[in-house]
Amino acid sequence: MAAPTLDRDTEAPARRTRRARKGPSGLLLIAPSLVFMALLFGWPMVQGVLLAFRGDQGFTLEFAQRMVTDANFWPAVRNTLLLIVVLIPVQFAFAIAMALLLRAKPRLANVYFFVWAIPLAVSDLAAGLVWLAVLTDRGYLNSLLVSLGLPPVAWLAFDNWTSLFLAVLIAELWRATSLVLVIVVAGLQGIPRDYEEAAAVFGASPWQRLWRVILPLLRPSLQVALILRTILAFQTFAVARALTGENFPVLVGETYRWYVTLQDPGVAAALALVVLVLSMVTSVIYLRTLRSEDAR
Amino acid sequence: MTAPDRAPLRRHRRNRVLLQVACVAVTAFMAVPLYLITLAAVSSRASLNAFPLSFLPTNLSLETLTAFLSSTGVVPSFGNSLIVGLWTLVLSLLIGVPAAYGLARTAFAGKEPYQLFLLFTRALPIVVLSVPLAQLFLTTGLYDTTYAVILLHTALSLPTTILICASVFLAVPVDVEEAARVFGCTQAQAFRQVVAPMALPGIAAAAIFTFVQSWNEVLAASILTLNRRTLPAQVLSSLGDSPLAYRFAGGFALVVPALLFIALMRRYLTNMWGSTIR
Repeated sequence: MAAPTLDRDTEAPARRTRRARKGPSGLLLIAPSLVFMALLFGWPMVQGVLLAFRGDQGFTLEFAQRMVTDANFWPAVRNTLLLIVVLIPVQFAFAIAMALLLRAKPRLANVYFFVWAIPLAVSDLAAGLVWLAVLTDRGYLNSLLVSLGLPPVAWLAFDNWTSLFLAVLIAELWRATSLVLVIVVAGLQGIPRDYEEAAAVFGASPWQRLWRVILPLLRPSLQVALILRTILAFQTFAVARALTGENFPVLVGETYRWYVTLQDPGVAAALALVVLVLSMVTSVIYLRTLRSEDAR
Repeated sequence: MTAPDRAPLRRHRRNRVLLQVACVAVTAFMAVPLYLITLAAVSSRASLNAFPLSFLPTNLSLETLTAFLSSTGVVPSFGNSLIVGLWTLVLSLLIGVPAAYGLARTAFAGKEPYQLFLLFTRALPIVVLSVPLAQLFLTTGLYDTTYAVILLHTALSLPTTILICASVFLAVPVDVEEAARVFGCTQAQAFRQVVAPMALPGIAAAAIFTFVQSWNEVLAASILTLNRRTLPAQVLSSLGDSPLAYRFAGGFALVVPALLFIALMRRYLTNMWGSTIR
């Protein structure tokens, strides 16, 4: 009776050492990636801080000051934040609805999923240009309006903030919802249908099943999607540029302008740090609130 | 005897119809803009200047696309995009696959911090790296070369590559690897002859994904280069002073690889995004 256990006990360490001797250790395998990323992430981060805060005579707030006093800075902050606040909830509602439609197994579900996933691989610049074709003054939307006998609308007029905002919003909704969709679909695949059926048997309405069964089980996927999407939304740039030129300033667009057009790397670096700090703070807030809800 | 109650059946049918209607509506929202940019790209100049625009392909012509392709810098930028994408793919696989294997199969001190580090780098905004790196490359002579863009794109895609490949390796059963070892393979042989063939489709998916990420990336490429631009950087820099037809053709040229990518990767999509990033 005792012999097999004894055997196993002596065998296990032997096997482990043999394996360690023959193969490269894990540390060796990850070392190249670690070195590469330390060089290309760590070094630029330090350089970025130096670039933003070091002048000819040591530490300086000159760049930060120039950044804050620029006429475009506060509109850029407002636009970026407002875009996130409006876009993310709409996007998640839309993506969850789409995923639930697919879960109901409509005919042609595979075709639908394929089409809905296409924007996943469309770049933000391309998305901006696609919607430019739709929304520009003599574009397809106005063509439709006119052929229906309605007056055309200048959707991308430089002085109409609301319609510029809506244009960027809809382009981002079109482009980036598929990322949330794919994550939610993957998450839903891990939730057995039995749970919903059980809830239905006990009289839960579809609405209750969604809020009491599916969404709570989906929380890990939603958390990942939320953090990822929010961080990416802070980087909205090419969509706005393709659609509105510089009439709808956003933070990363301002960085681009300061670096490329105005050739002022100091201010550009300071702006980049603003984006970094905002993304980090948001991620921490998400992780905190979502975890504390878990604990409750 | 009363007739059987047909109400539940009718309700079921009505729900199925509503389901299809909703699906078709979402599909229209996703597909119609793609149809329109394609239509714009294959329409003649004259028909693009007409108003209202035709919604049907009545006036097909390659005029707009050829004009785009023959503008200054567009063809070289195609080449640059291709070079950058392929090198990014090769480099990130060379560095990423061993790391992914180590992450999936071996235990080492600092594994948790390493995973956290990967997550952190995924969350780093591109812009934070681009500006300082451009300054750095300016002083080292790497500025305005495809190398600079390749290095940055590799750094950007590496965390995702590692996480996707690690989940691919995790999906290969340990048993087959151990069986190979029992029959006398070294770990390297077991990897080459048993694990690698099984992991290949997944790694190919990761590789194609890396390529598309690089093909799509516009900000870093625009900041790091002046003359050796990639296609998105080229299109972005000429946005301000180009006719609408040029922009439509550019948008179309950027969208086509996306269509191919999703068509190829359909089966891997949920695996790649679902299981890996947790």
